[in-house]
Amino acid sequence: MLLTSIVERREVWSATSYRTGFREAPMSGNPAILISGLTKSFGRVRALDGLDLTVDTGEVHGFLGPNGAGKTTTLRILLGLLRAGSGHAELLGGHPWRDAVELHRRLAYVPGDVVLWPTLSGGEAIDLLGRLRGGLDQRRKKALLELFDLDPTKKGRAYSKGNRQKVALVAALASDVELLLLDEPTAGLDPLMEAAFRECVTEERGNGRTVLLSSHILSEVEALCDRVTIVRDGRAVESGTLEQLRHLTRSSITAELDRIPDGLAELAGVHELAVSGSRVRFEVEADRLGGALRLLTDAGVRSLTCQPPTLEELFLRHYQSAS
Amino acid sequence: MTGTFALVRLALRRDRLLLPVWIMMITGAIAATASAIGELYPGMAQRVALGVTIGSTPALQALTGPVFDATSVGGLTAWRATTLATGLVGLMSIMVVTRHTRAEEETGRAELIGACAVGRHAIPAAAVIVAGGANLLIAFLLTVTLIGQGLPGSGALGFGLAVGGTGWVFTGIAVVAAQVTEHARTANGLAISVLGLAYLLRASGDAAGVETLAWLSPLGWAQRVRAFAGERWWVVGLLALTGLLLVGLAALPARRRDVGAGLLPPRLGPSDAAPSLASALALAWRLQRGGLLGWMIGFAIGGAMFGSLAQSVGDIVNDNPQLAAILERIGGAGALVDTFLAAVMGLLGLAVGGFAVQATLRLQGEEAGIRAEPVLAAAVPRWRWTLSHLVIALGGTPIIITAGGLAAGLAHGVRTGEVGEQVLRLLGAAWVQVPAAWVPAGIAMLLFGLLPRLTALAWAALVAFALLAQLGELLQLDDWIRSLSPFAHLPQVPGGEVSAAPLLWLTAVAIALALVGVAAFQRRDLAGY
Ligand SMILES: Nc1ncnc2c1ncn2[C@@H]1O[C@H](COP(=O)(O)OP(=O)(O)OP(=O)(O)O)[C@@H](O)[C@H]1O
Ligand SMILES: [Mg+2]
Repeated sequence: MLLTSIVERREVWSATSYRTGFREAPMSGNPAILISGLTKSFGRVRALDGLDLTVDTGEVHGFLGPNGAGKTTTLRILLGLLRAGSGHAELLGGHPWRDAVELHRRLAYVPGDVVLWPTLSGGEAIDLLGRLRGGLDQRRKKALLELFDLDPTKKGRAYSKGNRQKVALVAALASDVELLLLDEPTAGLDPLMEAAFRECVTEERGNGRTVLLSSHILSEVEALCDRVTIVRDGRAVESGTLEQLRHLTRSSITAELDRIPDGLAELAGVHELAVSGSRVRFEVEADRLGGALRLLTDAGVRSLTCQPPTLEELFLRHYQSAS
Repeated sequence: MTGTFALVRLALRRDRLLLPVWIMMITGAIAATASAIGELYPGMAQRVALGVTIGSTPALQALTGPVFDATSVGGLTAWRATTLATGLVGLMSIMVVTRHTRAEEETGRAELIGACAVGRHAIPAAAVIVAGGANLLIAFLLTVTLIGQGLPGSGALGFGLAVGGTGWVFTGIAVVAAQVTEHARTANGLAISVLGLAYLLRASGDAAGVETLAWLSPLGWAQRVRAFAGERWWVVGLLALTGLLLVGLAALPARRRDVGAGLLPPRLGPSDAAPSLASALALAWRLQRGGLLGWMIGFAIGGAMFGSLAQSVGDIVNDNPQLAAILERIGGAGALVDTFLAAVMGLLGLAVGGFAVQATLRLQGEEAGIRAEPVLAAAVPRWRWTLSHLVIALGGTPIIITAGGLAAGLAHGVRTGEVGEQVLRLLGAAWVQVPAAWVPAGIAMLLFGLLPRLTALAWAALVAFALLAQLGELLQLDDWIRSLSPFAHLPQVPGGEVSAAPLLWLTAVAIALALVGVAAFQRRDLAGY
């Protein structure tokens, strides 16, 4: 019964995902997170406006979007800290609000801005949060403290921002959980610690854990994530594997030609064409590349550079098109 | 100091509800007191008799201070109202200052402001200006309203300035406390402890007739301005100057220390938590135990002091049966010593209500400080987190008041030579306060669940209860108005009859209010950044 309803919902989701231009990534079991048509308003501010998001079990899923896009709001709804408006949200097969307590035993959360208790030491905070979640592996805690080079004896305010972040990271990673919800977990970490974090996430994935990683650091997302979802203004505007996303991007082409071919400007998928003398520059969508090249070779190519699409460009395009 | 003006405007905007409520409550209560005294004691003879009584009763002098001129309505108003008014402006000043200095630093908002084009002293300066301005306004309003009631102008001005000046001194004390401590809570605690100590110094000095002791306390100075009794303006100057010196003193550490840090260096803690630190309740206990201990110590000191004074009420009456008749009129029925002790227990009950509200509103502090989020994101049900702090608030109340009752019983018992009996009587008298003190905690919990932005109204309710309890009888307010205060329903013990009914239904009201709050929190969004 539950299963069929999930399947139905997935079909709905598939339809919407086609709208954004993607095929489904292969599924491994039930999705860890399944959100469709989720809305949330704060007074007159509409923070989420029909968000769709699927995170499969065992994957590291990047969650990107410009400031104020609704990433934190989504995570806080998943944590049962906020009530959803309308739409559907499901987490580890349960309801984020109703089943919050049982679900929280199976997940750990790292907020973007960690506040600690002023009178508790970092080590005490780690132990406390771990125990509140239902247990914590002391050996793993020690190892993580070492890995992140964190002094657990300082008290709350004595930590720098990055070190406070590390306290929350150690508390989350030392717990034996199925799902990690990370909201810009590396904001404030130095590059060395960032590397340590990547190592941990890779290991977590190796252990079959699911990770939802909200981040503004593209290299991090590129290095860690199997799939990403880009949100803007409370909606998912793009979702898929990194490969699929790259596929959607444009290559930029510069060529020296014998003559300028006719119809290049009219060719579907060609953008921002600039001609100077015998030299052309343009951008072309990935699946139109063949047609454009054919036209160029017919016109006699003397030199050709083709720059592969960067994710950065894709992200920036999505981030900017709001304005 | 750049940017101070903008910060003052910001503070006024944030306090646009709270400050007017404080100011109106204080001036309104004083104005009502003056008119009630005019009506109750219209004749000179009555007033003089009352004055003689008070003058020869150390315990009464301790509660409300000495009478300098009993012949005039103004003089009696100053006697009755100075302690209450100065205590309230002291509290107001402390809360306003802490709210706009330490609390801001703790949330990190100060950092944001400090990084703007704002001078290093702008944040404390703005807080001082707001609190100082509020005190000045109170001084002005008091002067005008008392003159409006036909009292002499210089006396009214003296009274207004004595009250406003005391508020100004506590503005200074609070801003110093905010500089030397690391957290808003400790800053508040330190400044309020100074206020409590000032009260005890004044009370014991006045009761024992040791002038120097009373002069150690700013609350004593306010009385010694002698409003309506040949004003001593230089004492007003002393208040103003002391406040100014304290503010200047606060500027010294502000220049040297870092934003967010206190003067005392932070200490290291253990690298692992004790096995017991494993639940929401354990966390709440860990966060609140220090405050609880502080309250217990304060109550023990206060209880011991008032307990040791009680017997002197009886001594005087034994000497002068005429006085007894008059005293009964201002205090109510029953043996005078018991009346006095019942009044003291009523004060302790109100004060422990302050603890109950504070401990309950710790929930709000944790939520607004984003420290509730990690707990609720772990496997802790919302109700369990709310109850964890509520249990400390409701459970701490009887513990604290037991310290006061026990100390009062011991001190009084030693003087009368019947320790065992007095301890039992006064413990009982202390415990009956508990259900009433729970009610403001219930109100705080209700507000936290339903209207978290308005939790400060729980304090307003407590102050209103205090005013009703202290002035309701004098002002001859209608019964239904006085019965709005839970404290009005308590038996007057020791001495009076105890019936269980009001205690039970007050408990039920408090718990019902709290449960509605818990249920409402169960359903609402948690505040974020
Ligand atoms: N408690 C709140 N009250 C009012 N508006 C809110 C609240 N929380 C979030 N919002 C609004 O909802 C929108 C989404 O905010 P959210 O914090 O989810 O963004 P985000 O994607 O996490 O951004 P960032 O990358 O800056 O962290 C924003 O417009 C924000 O102003
Ligand atoms: Mg965010």
